[in-house]
Amino acid sequence: MTAQTTTREPAPPAALPRQPWNRHLAVVAVLAVLLVPLPLVLPGAQEAVVVRVLIFALLSIGWNIMSGFGGMFSFGHAAYFGLGAYTTAWLLVERDVSPWIGMAVGMVVAAVFAVVVGFLALRYKLRGAYFALATFAFAEMLRLWATNSDFVNRAEGYHVPLLPENSWWYMQFEPGSPNYFWIALALTVAALVVSILFLRSRAGQFTLAARDDEEAAASIGIPVMRYKLMTMALAGAISSVAGAFYVQYYLFIDPDLAFGSSQSIQAILPAVIGGVATIWGPVIGAAVLGPLSDVTATVLRNPPPFLEFLQGRGGLDVILYGLLLIVIILLLPKGIYGALRDRWSRR
Amino acid sequence: MTLLRVDGLTKSFKGLRAVDDVGFEVGEGAILGIIGPNGAGKTTTFNLVAGALAPDAGTVHLDGTNITGRPPHRVLAAGMARTFQLMRPFYSMSVLENVTIAVLAGGGSRRTARTTAAEVIERVGLARWRDSPSEGLPTAALKRLELARALASRPRVLLLDEVLAGLVPAEREPVMDLLDELRTTDGVTLVFVEHIMAAVMRLSDSVLVLDLGRVLTHGAPEEVTRDPRVIEAYLGEEPDADR
Repeated sequence: MTAQTTTREPAPPAALPRQPWNRHLAVVAVLAVLLVPLPLVLPGAQEAVVVRVLIFALLSIGWNIMSGFGGMFSFGHAAYFGLGAYTTAWLLVERDVSPWIGMAVGMVVAAVFAVVVGFLALRYKLRGAYFALATFAFAEMLRLWATNSDFVNRAEGYHVPLLPENSWWYMQFEPGSPNYFWIALALTVAALVVSILFLRSRAGQFTLAARDDEEAAASIGIPVMRYKLMTMALAGAISSVAGAFYVQYYLFIDPDLAFGSSQSIQAILPAVIGGVATIWGPVIGAAVLGPLSDVTATVLRNPPPFLEFLQGRGGLDVILYGLLLIVIILLLPKGIYGALRDRWSRR
Repeated sequence: MTLLRVDGLTKSFKGLRAVDDVGFEVGEGAILGIIGPNGAGKTTTFNLVAGALAPDAGTVHLDGTNITGRPPHRVLAAGMARTFQLMRPFYSMSVLENVTIAVLAGGGSRRTARTTAAEVIERVGLARWRDSPSEGLPTAALKRLELARALASRPRVLLLDEVLAGLVPAEREPVMDLLDELRTTDGVTLVFVEHIMAAVMRLSDSVLVLDLGRVLTHGAPEEVTRDPRVIEAYLGEEPDADR
């Protein structure tokens, strides 16, 4: 049986290895089908948690495309989330435009903004921490503009006008309606499919090459700048969808919620916890963070006796995020999915 | 017929003339070796020709087209590829993925890119590393990967920056055979920087010697290596008082 070969070198492999894309797409399809009936079995309060998970995931999928696969660390992803949210809210409140159209317009606005940010930052060759700071500065710029501009109602922000009945056109349903979950699920699945197709495409492959080594990428004929900007535009567009949906779900947006740095951090955390530069990282991370943020919010509202002193205090969630981040970075530097994948492939 | 013509190439870094009025011509299907002591400006010359650096003065013509100052991706599109002295693989990818991307970037179709890449890998003798991650490959394999990636776009001119450095003698021989074959069967024009004189002597049709950023001499390999100025530049001898 075990014919001992004396060759030290393994024989050259014959067939080309299979590519993972179709498998990823199949997993997305299966998960989507499995998750569709979820709101019918979950109690109402839990549905809010699941929708929050999906918003986290959507936001972070966008971040992961730019920062994980593209290697351009964004510390200002709130800019794209906020542009999506504000474009939708403004069009709805001021112009009575359907949030669906607002979402599409928001994607374009966010993509254009991403290209402007990217062009300026890359034109002046900002790297690493300096690039991240520039993205942060642009998000802050938008926050200050929104806070001080009559055009978008200053610090007050927007309330989505409540309708007397359900409406698909205005993406508004009675509280706790499973439609919200289904819409968020569809958007997240679409974002996953788009990111898988992007990675598989010529553009996505060039983006990965440019992330690994810009000079080498240019030397084999890749116009690096063009693909970096394209990646940022795609990332901005995807994250803006999270903002657009957020407004319709929570019926409210203001400059801090939209453009504040905590929103930027919420774009980063799921991907880091789940696994940066992996397709599933943001989703897995969001599935951990969503319930956690819900539990902390509950504990703060209604603390058990031994945590009485926490009553009514804010910030516990941020402390927990920080702790979780430390634990993850120490124990699983590649995130949950990254660590699992390494274990599987080592078998 | 001259395929690559370089005239008066000059580049300074903070007042230091790294490359000073360097010019040469390479005919189609010819092999030019560039030698010179450390710091002679060999790699800088490469970077100027390949578009990684913009020259302060001078021109680069490829097949009659002025490509001076074009960014690297457009130099490649014009038909000239290069390798890096310090190997720069796309470290998150396997050897196959590295070369596949190079095929795609060179304009190959997506349907056939992977098979084409596998053929190039086979050709440069990397077949047994094909599915290995490029991070952690031995030097000899990384050098071949550089070569494979540069060949993936089927360039007319190939700029090779010390592809033999870091290889043990037994590993050099097959690479030299490959370079020879690229010229004879594929008609690729080669310009290579090399310290290993045996390779320079064997492969080059002509040799360009750089010293302190300038062209010291340019000629047939045997002539050049006999030139006292070349020996002096390499060995750092005092000029002979009689001359």
